[in-house]
Amino acid sequence: MRSSNSYVVVAALAVCSAAAAQTTPYQNVGRPATAEEIQAWDISISPAGRELPPGKGSAKEGAPLYAAKCAMCHGQTTDEAGPLGPALVAKKGGNQRGTIAAWPFATTVWDFINRAMPRFNEGTLKPDQVYALTAFLLYRSGIIKEDEVLDAKSVIELQMPYRNAYVPSDLAEIGNMEKRACRLGHCPGPDPAAAK
Amino acid sequence: MSQKKSDRRQFLRSSAALAGLAAGAAAVRSLGAQTLDSEKGQTTDTPAAQAAALEGTPGIAPGQHFNAIYGVRSRYETAGRIGGIGAYSTGPDGKVIRPFIGGLTPVQNLMGIITPAALHYHNTHGYPPPDIDPQQHRLLIHGMVDRPMIFTMEDIYRLPSVTRTHFLECNANGFTTPSRMAPEATAQITHGLMGCSVWTGVLASHMLEMVGVQKGASWIVAEGAEGAHHSKSIPLEKIMDDAVIVYAQNGEAVRPEQGYPLRLLVPGYEAINSIKFLRRIKVVDGPYLQQRETNAYQTVVREGKYADGKARWFQFELGPNSVITRPSGGQRITTQGFYEITGLAWSGAGAIRRVDVSTDSGRTWKPAELQGPVLPKAHTRFTFSWKWSGEGTVLLSRSTDERGQIQPTLAEVGKIWDVTVDYLKKATVGHTNAIQPWKVAAEGRIYNAIV
Repeated sequence: MRSSNSYVVVAALAVCSAAAAQTTPYQNVGRPATAEEIQAWDISISPAGRELPPGKGSAKEGAPLYAAKCAMCHGQTTDEAGPLGPALVAKKGGNQRGTIAAWPFATTVWDFINRAMPRFNEGTLKPDQVYALTAFLLYRSGIIKEDEVLDAKSVIELQMPYRNAYVPSDLAEIGNMEKRACRLGHCPGPDPAAAK
Repeated sequence: MSQKKSDRRQFLRSSAALAGLAAGAAAVRSLGAQTLDSEKGQTTDTPAAQAAALEGTPGIAPGQHFNAIYGVRSRYETAGRIGGIGAYSTGPDGKVIRPFIGGLTPVQNLMGIITPAALHYHNTHGYPPPDIDPQQHRLLIHGMVDRPMIFTMEDIYRLPSVTRTHFLECNANGFTTPSRMAPEATAQITHGLMGCSVWTGVLASHMLEMVGVQKGASWIVAEGAEGAHHSKSIPLEKIMDDAVIVYAQNGEAVRPEQGYPLRLLVPGYEAINSIKFLRRIKVVDGPYLQQRETNAYQTVVREGKYADGKARWFQFELGPNSVITRPSGGQRITTQGFYEITGLAWSGAGAIRRVDVSTDSGRTWKPAELQGPVLPKAHTRFTFSWKWSGEGTVLLSRSTDERGQIQPTLAEVGKIWDVTVDYLKKATVGHTNAIQPWKVAAEGRIYNAIV
């Protein structure tokens, strides 16, 4: 639903663009992009999930997909590195940093599977398959239940366990290197204890 | 699977093409040598024919040492990139655990401030550079803009161009990995994840003005055309300040491993932001938390006051840095007497203001000459005249940038993060821009002395 809204907005922009392009001094350099072209190319999913397409999937549906399309690189178990890919899930009780569980937004999991997997065959997964694989990895990470169905709405609403385990955790503060007290190329940030 | 095979074949093919280029040139030469008299003066209007004709030139032996069409260096020059970064190359059992395609710049062999494209480090994160036909390549700029547009390479060549000299440096350059800490480490091992080039292209701000950035936009997401479509969020303010959409490097088209045909150059920031094979810029209102900004390129420390379990992310700007490249690790000085000490200094904050050198293990420091040109966010060559007494000592360099930031020692890097140097030997933090000490042993051998 959300994505069809943004489609309308983009289409409106494309209509404006044909007229407005005349104002550039660089006549006939570049051409307006159509709404269809933008939709075909735009695979960036924001943390707000505006661009997520319709579709759904659960871990149950994701398990055979993982076995068929992912396990040959990442390994059968998901919690041990495979021949070509890293472990995607921490061992029980192990450190989750560096695994998908520590990603602050589930939208990143969806975005990355959709854009970059399976390796050498990128872009071949359908939205339902990406939802199912996202659900499978989040289930294996202990974040959702095995029969939980993920769709655009639930991916956006899902609270990831490490959401606030980043400094700065407020996305609006990330770009301000001065406020973050970065110096000499290092940004440890203000001492959280001192900031209290 | 067939796609996988075809991509591999593609990569093999491009390697073979390099070999083929050499073999082809040899064929032209031998043909020229055999038929020189009859062909001379007939068909020298093509480059290949000119090359063949040159074969008869006195003093140029057929076959080996030069290429008239696309020049190669003397066969006596052997400096090259070496592959692998720490854990990315081989596991404890000696097997390659990740398909790593990358290479480190032979920093110790560089002269002046420009890194030849053929020696410039590259890290493709396991994805072979795609084989892109520039006639098929497109750049889409969309998102929070008034006029979303698509540009061909021809379009981009028509726009007003700029030429800028900037370094590119991986955030991991200088990381305290075991190989980097080893006494036998060369400057290529300690600082090889960097290079500096003269880049030509169009200011990113210029292209964004063409599409009309809307109010409320604050970031961009830039994306490459390779298989995994590597993507990064970058603050719009930085992009409008000095980012360049480049198509040329050191006077010729950007090399495939550097992003042919188009690359986003983000000066002074971790090079992961300089998106290769640039195909799309989306103007947005916040960071998109892409895989390489949530899963990596961040620091978690496990001792001291920042051991709060939280990751410091989006560190972007690279700090003041320098390294003596001659004499440096693995080299040997032979006799007492005069030597020019020379090296590179750089900072993501701007221009290098000064470099100090110590030839007495850090007891005294004297200003080095900045050879010039001294350019912002570019390698700056420094030199220092030195007479070696024949005794053991340690050589060090320390840079100061235009913001007044002074390059830290490894211990000072530790202090910034409130961790000990011992901790740094087990883990890495942010950007390790530590002062590099080179030990000159009494017999003249140079060793890495970082501790």
